[in-house]
Amino acid sequence: MLNFLLSRLMTFIPTFIGVTLISFSFIRVLPGDPIIVMAGERGMSDERYAELRAQFGFDQPLVSQYWDYMTGVLQGDLGTSFVTKKPVFDEFFALFPATLELSLCAITLAILLGIPAGVIAAINRGKFFDRALMSSALVGYSMPIFWWALLMIIFFSGWLQWTPVSGRISLMYFFDDVTGFMLIDSLLAGGNSISLFPFEADGPFFSALSHLVLPTIVLATIPLAVIARQTRSAMLEVLGEDYIRTARAKGLPPSRITYVHALRNAMIPVITVIGLLVGTLLAGAILTETIFSWPGIGKWMVDSIYRRDYPVVQGGLMLIAVMVMVVNLTVDVLYGLINPKIRKS
Amino acid sequence: MKITRTVTAALLGATLLASAASAKTLVYCSEGSPEGFDPALYTSGTTFDASSHPIYNRLVEFETGTTNVVPGLAESWEASEDGLEYTFKLRQGVKFHSNDAFTPTRDFNADDVIFSFERQWKEDNAYNQVSGGTWEYFGGMSMPDLLKEIVKVDDYTVKFVLNRPEAPMVANLAMDFASILSAEYADAMLAAGTPEQLNQAPIGTGPFTFVAYQKDAVIRYAANADYWKEASPLENLVFAITPDASVRYQKMKAGECHVMPYPNPADLEAMGSDEDINLLQQEGLNVGYLAYNTQVAPFDNPKVRKALNMAIDKNAIIDVVFQGAGVVAKNPIPPTIWSYDESTVDDAYDPDAAKAALEAEGVTDLSMKIWAMPVQRPYNPNARRMAELMQEDFSKIGVNVEVVSYEWGEYLSRSKELDRDGAVLLGWTGDNGDPDNFLAVLLGCDGVGKSNRAQWCNEEFDKLTIEAKQVADVEKRTELYKQAQAVFKAEAPWATIAHSTVFMPVRPEVEGYKVHPLGGHIFYGVDLK
Repeated sequence: MLNFLLSRLMTFIPTFIGVTLISFSFIRVLPGDPIIVMAGERGMSDERYAELRAQFGFDQPLVSQYWDYMTGVLQGDLGTSFVTKKPVFDEFFALFPATLELSLCAITLAILLGIPAGVIAAINRGKFFDRALMSSALVGYSMPIFWWALLMIIFFSGWLQWTPVSGRISLMYFFDDVTGFMLIDSLLAGGNSISLFPFEADGPFFSALSHLVLPTIVLATIPLAVIARQTRSAMLEVLGEDYIRTARAKGLPPSRITYVHALRNAMIPVITVIGLLVGTLLAGAILTETIFSWPGIGKWMVDSIYRRDYPVVQGGLMLIAVMVMVVNLTVDVLYGLINPKIRKS
Repeated sequence: MKITRTVTAALLGATLLASAASAKTLVYCSEGSPEGFDPALYTSGTTFDASSHPIYNRLVEFETGTTNVVPGLAESWEASEDGLEYTFKLRQGVKFHSNDAFTPTRDFNADDVIFSFERQWKEDNAYNQVSGGTWEYFGGMSMPDLLKEIVKVDDYTVKFVLNRPEAPMVANLAMDFASILSAEYADAMLAAGTPEQLNQAPIGTGPFTFVAYQKDAVIRYAANADYWKEASPLENLVFAITPDASVRYQKMKAGECHVMPYPNPADLEAMGSDEDINLLQQEGLNVGYLAYNTQVAPFDNPKVRKALNMAIDKNAIIDVVFQGAGVVAKNPIPPTIWSYDESTVDDAYDPDAAKAALEAEGVTDLSMKIWAMPVQRPYNPNARRMAELMQEDFSKIGVNVEVVSYEWGEYLSRSKELDRDGAVLLGWTGDNGDPDNFLAVLLGCDGVGKSNRAQWCNEEFDKLTIEAKQVADVEKRTELYKQAQAVFKAEAPWATIAHSTVFMPVRPEVEGYKVHPLGGHIFYGVDLK
């Protein structure tokens, strides 16, 4: 297992260099000059333009700019945003917990509902439940997120008034960040109370929880559909295998065949898909974050691309890539745990 | 860990606005995040709303809801006969805010004024390069060329000495970049090795003190109890950052915010009939235009330009592009600015006459490009659509139009080129309420190849605007600017399209909110019923 881990870790280095190179060159290949964008309609004199180019180091050859950038990166300095004048590293980690919290909630919901739905659809293949579930999955997968989110807000927040419209927590609550995860920080802040009869829940934690409901559902919609469909097709494949027939012939209970023998083997492609989905979610759910005023990295990155804020785009992409690499490594390790053949190869 | 200020006994189990009302907390659903809190470093209105308006004051201020300049931290001022010296008498007893890292030991004085400008101006100032200082507005308003020196006459008197007379000087000092910061705070932060705190933990003299900023989520302010004017009736001010306009509207309806900017034009009708929303409106201080390249044939001929202007159905543009939230522009300055010439007669929409006029000039089979901006602006919410409408209008007079667009930075840069192929859609939002800020900047000979996208240099127009800039008498200036507008109309370097209307939905319990013509959102003087 250690060799397996080490070999996987070794692929980190070239991937990391590749990512820095790509992010560095892509943002520069895009048309648009950050200084001109910064000046807007007002423009600036040629002298001032030259002065700012020199100040930002754009007058240096690209190779030398890349060298300076990499020297900084290796020392933990990802540069300073042209716009906010704050270190990219600080900005990223101020926003990333919000993205991570929402992504984890969404992927958990998608797994908890998607896998059982896929399994049930597979064992009821061709029946009403299977058709209904797969049609819903197709609708979920094709749903325009922007429209879906607004619909949810109008229905649940506007009409039923069950959930808040947007944000991470009610503005009434104001406490210092400890972990950046609102569910944890709001628990630490105290002041929460709950009673069961009649059911009443008050305090910052419950406020944070209620703010998570809609964005989690919206963000989980597509992953849920993908996981359900993937689980169904993987299960169908496995359920047709000889060893399942053997298990049935041995007289094993159907639930044991489905959930122990079949599901475990069907999980490999599902885990692959989940890994990819987590990677995508970590890169920031731009639309969900924008609509729900969720202070995550998705919107931050997109705004930075529009503003041609080179250090943020470079640094943000690099950090996101590192996160995705970590997720992929975790998925690889999970493969190894589930299927010893992979570990050995 | 602490639950502070806005959290009161009413905190648990109450709705936000119920609690907000008891604590007099106004929630403003702002459209975006501030870039920082030092207004001199930035140019966006979103940043000014969060920094210069609540936290700072300037020597002179724009009276909320107007472009009139009124005393701010300066009680009075006078200009010398030759217009080269402006002497400001400063207000005494004005206190700066304090925070965890700083408590002021003295009141505001001349040192703060000098620091606030010199940091933007002089490279040897320790703060000149802090936070990557590019001082865009200071440079954009030509302050480095204009200022000769700033003299501290005594602790409460400051004299600005200029290199040339400049009538809009006082209005310039009311702009956001001219906000007054504490020199004592700056020194303290420099000594502590954290000079960037000036931008991140702002200290000013304004009606609200900065409490906290959670990036991209919430900004919190508390009323400044020691404010030099009457303290704000609001105890707390909260900016809930909500980038999507439809969501802002839902939050207004759900009572999660009291005021929101920039509603979707499509929602205006519903807002107008919603009992829970008062829809305030005012004409914006802006102009959207189509600038011909007057240095390239046949657009170098004013008669051709006039003919094209007659072919544009501006009312259709107001209906379709602005969805009614705008007025047709006939002058290059908006009607809310002094010296606007009401008597100007706009080129009537008349495609037949336009076609005949073009033929009379020997222009047939004309093909041209119209450049459509890739971004939304108040003066042009949908440039692509506007360009398509013009394409249709021009096709009726036999002019073939190709609509082109570029990435915003490229657009700004290429549209300045002297040999640019095509007419450019662009616009301007006023900075200081002075006509010079439109006429000289956008149409003066100095702006050719820069901000003058028509590349139009007219001797008579230029003479009038330069003279108007150098005389102090407002009546005389008004007369000169009216003459300049007449020259503009006769020469038609642009097709003036529209001035947008600014809409501000506020909840009925909000009292005293005024729509500010300069575009800022100001909460001093606002109360909650």
